Amino acid sequence: MPELTYIQAISDALRQEMRRDQRVFVLGQDVGVYGGAFKVTLGFQEEFGPWRVMDAPLSETAIVGGATGAALMGLRPVAEMQFADFISCAWDHLVTVAAKQFFRGRTPVPIVVRLPSGGGFSGGPFHSQNPESSFAHIPGLKIVCPATPHDAKGLLATSIEDPNPVLYFEHKHLYRRIKGEVPEERYTIPFGQARVHREGDDAVVVTWGAMVHTASDAADQLAGEGFEVEILDLRTLIPWDKARVLESVRRCSKVLVLHEDTRTGGFGAEIAATIAEEAFEDLDAPVVRIAAPDTPVPFSPALEKAFLPQVEDVVKSLQELAAY
Amino acid sequence: MAVREAEPVGSLQEVKEAGLDREDLLGIYRHMLITRAIEERGHILYRQGKIPGSFYTGRGNEAAAVGVATAMGPNDVGTPLHRDMGVHITRGVEPWRIIAQYMGREGGPTRGRDGNVHMAAPELGLHPMVSHLPAMLPVAVGMALAFKIRGDRRVALGWFGEGSAARGDAHESMNMAGVRQLPVVFICDNNQWAYSTPTYLGYPIEHVADRAAAYGFDGVVVDGTDVLAVYREAKAAIEKARQGGGPTLIECLTLRMEGHAVHDDAFYVPKEMFEQWAAQDPIERFRTWLRSNADMTDDEEDQITSVVKRLLNDALERAEESPLPDPSGLEQGVYASAEDLDTPHHK
Repeated sequence: MPELTYIQAISDALRQEMRRDQRVFVLGQDVGVYGGAFKVTLGFQEEFGPWRVMDAPLSETAIVGGATGAALMGLRPVAEMQFADFISCAWDHLVTVAAKQFFRGRTPVPIVVRLPSGGGFSGGPFHSQNPESSFAHIPGLKIVCPATPHDAKGLLATSIEDPNPVLYFEHKHLYRRIKGEVPEERYTIPFGQARVHREGDDAVVVTWGAMVHTASDAADQLAGEGFEVEILDLRTLIPWDKARVLESVRRCSKVLVLHEDTRTGGFGAEIAATIAEEAFEDLDAPVVRIAAPDTPVPFSPALEKAFLPQVEDVVKSLQELAAY
Repeated sequence: MAVREAEPVGSLQEVKEAGLDREDLLGIYRHMLITRAIEERGHILYRQGKIPGSFYTGRGNEAAAVGVATAMGPNDVGTPLHRDMGVHITRGVEPWRIIAQYMGREGGPTRGRDGNVHMAAPELGLHPMVSHLPAMLPVAVGMALAFKIRGDRRVALGWFGEGSAARGDAHESMNMAGVRQLPVVFICDNNQWAYSTPTYLGYPIEHVADRAAAYGFDGVVVDGTDVLAVYREAKAAIEKARQGGGPTLIECLTLRMEGHAVHDDAFYVPKEMFEQWAAQDPIERFRTWLRSNADMTDDEEDQITSVVKRLLNDALERAEESPLPDPSGLEQGVYASAEDLDTPHHK
């Protein structure tokens, strides 16, 4: 099985879907000749032509709204935002139009919006955000946050196949840093099924995206201390695998919820509240949350390091959980 | 470059050249009467407390809506707005379903999930508006993009008002449609009042259609009370788009003859303005034209009037028979399943 980077897996998955299904097309800024801001669609225009790999003007509203219209007419658009941060310019078209369309009119909107997200390289306040929880609050949207090359490929195929608007958050800091084995053949991964990234019974870390790897490094450090931590990668936030999370809580009795997005109103709060409602009696310690502080994402490396949850933050919280 | 101002339509011969026979003309008249009647009936029902929420009408816009919809081809699509009841009627949405929609019944096109004119009839090429105008313009552009990618000889129509022309969606849509020369026709229902805001506070140029030049396509202003002129201009624009000639912006000039919604008495509209536009009421104007140019007889007129009356009475009866939606089903239907994609318009 070939070993691919996370970004290569996304690119391969998209190419495979476009070869397989004539209805799939790509729409976004600089996706054509340039191959996309991060080169996910490099070479696509030569293979699929200028109408299936369409360079759009700087018009996020027209890109996402246009994707909705094309989907209503039977195509399967994959829209690219250059950075997840810019989705704010298309908020209305996701939240007002696409998310509510099926509920009102019974006409599905099978669109995928690819959202390069996350920090870790001094992108500053406008090129580093993780806005997934804002959209998780909107009924009608699905939220996908792959953490590995294998999941990135399988979840992109599922996203394109899904009859609903799907926000596909691809973490930029994983693009070229994370490698893994990825089958060449097409496969899909069902939404709403968490993946056990690391086994353990002493505590569970519930997380997704780049934080899966942060948690993994922390767990490795604690393994030497005889404290085995399970890492549960949610993979999709809407729908999220509540049953699997509760199962782990009941087994491990200690929980850390970890995300890179800011704390207040982050999706971790939903997870913590659900655990409090449904598994309170199984807990041996209060649920711990680690998230970014409630500030915009800062630019300076010194500040960004303080903003992003670090391996040592996770180690410290897990040690406290172990001692509780 | 000044935008073109369309001439009124004159003789029956001219109309025939535009593709309408006498039966078509009587059909247009009937559609205009149904459009007004359904909104008048709705207003009564609203006052009786039978319609929840608010109630909007398009009085004064009947010719603009029916004229454009008559020019659409059977496989064309559009996103009509709350002043465009005539589009729904012309495309064949059954009046009982519209009243059921008003009343929040299961039989309405949105099954009580949405109200007033926020309706869909995808099988008739109509997709439901949202309140955030002109958010349907990017959607219409996307529909046109799908036609262009697939090589379909179909056209998308996107409606907006002169008020919403101030929003960025209008610019992004027209710009992208112009860049890609997409088969889309933009219809501006310019009824001169965005709630209480007059045109001179909404845009600083003479006509909204003047902007078309900035996007690289044609604009035209047409008297929105002249159903035949609207039809002729819409037909020309739609067929041009179908032939690969790109977008057109058609501005239909009317006056909103009532308030923004029924709670609004429109005190801010000068009385003389209402009087002036009442004198060119689109339905009366077309009726007069039919009598002098197409020899519409008293019998024909009576027959159309009684057909419309009967249709409305039946519609109300049937709408009232439609049950209220079952709250236990509320949480189903937020997300589509794969089978929901198995519809003709998704193929």
